[in-house]
Amino acid sequence: MQPPDQTLDARGLKCPMPILKARKALNGMQPGQRLEVLATDSGSVRDFQAFCRATGDALLEHTVEGVVFRFLLEKAG
Amino acid sequence: MSEGPPRMSLIVTKGTLDWAYPPFVLATTAAAMGYTVSMFFTFYGLPLLLRKLDLQVSPLGNPAMKLPVGGAHLGMPNLLAMLPFADAGATAMMQALMRNRGVASIEELREAAVDSGVRLIGCQMTMDLFGYGVGDMIEGVEVGGAATYIEAAGESRINLFI
Repeated sequence: MQPPDQTLDARGLKCPMPILKARKALNGMQPGQRLEVLATDSGSVRDFQAFCRATGDALLEHTVEGVVFRFLLEKAG
Repeated sequence: MSEGPPRMSLIVTKGTLDWAYPPFVLATTAAAMGYTVSMFFTFYGLPLLLRKLDLQVSPLGNPAMKLPVGGAHLGMPNLLAMLPFADAGATAMMQALMRNRGVASIEELREAAVDSGVRLIGCQMTMDLFGYGVGDMIEGVEVGGAATYIEAAGESRINLFI
């Protein structure tokens, strides 16, 4: 488990809000910084994988704890 | 195909509460993924650009519309759906459902589209036809015609008609 620079709580939000809020958070971060996203939208696993493939940001971790999905993204340089 | 970031274009032709979702969901997501997005609003899609939105959904002639009620999914027969207030009732139910289940409002998604630089283009012909002016629309709306869309579509990797 790596410590994030910022955490985004997107629990309870449906598609596309977790992705839109993640984009907004990443826009305010420096390359190499890490964003943790918490979500309950079960579509978000595939969505964050696709999002990172498109943007070039790295999806370092994705884990599930109960009903909460946790993603760790690293902003691309 | 032009250089630079990938592009997407959407033609938005429907302005009911339900049909307003696909174009705004896809446009905002594409913008978040690095696409340059153009949305072209024509006919019944044009009112989605108005300052004050008044979106409704109708169960009339829509047998696929079944809302969850007490564990079941209920539709409304056309004979009832044609009664006064059926649309208002269905709209209120849909809005409550969306709020309760964490679905963003169209106002929220539209604001996200504007914030992320999505190009919003109103169809001039539709504006003239239905009697709307640029002043009726939110800030930043461009006005154009078919050629404006074709130019954007020709440069786009994804083109959708919704």
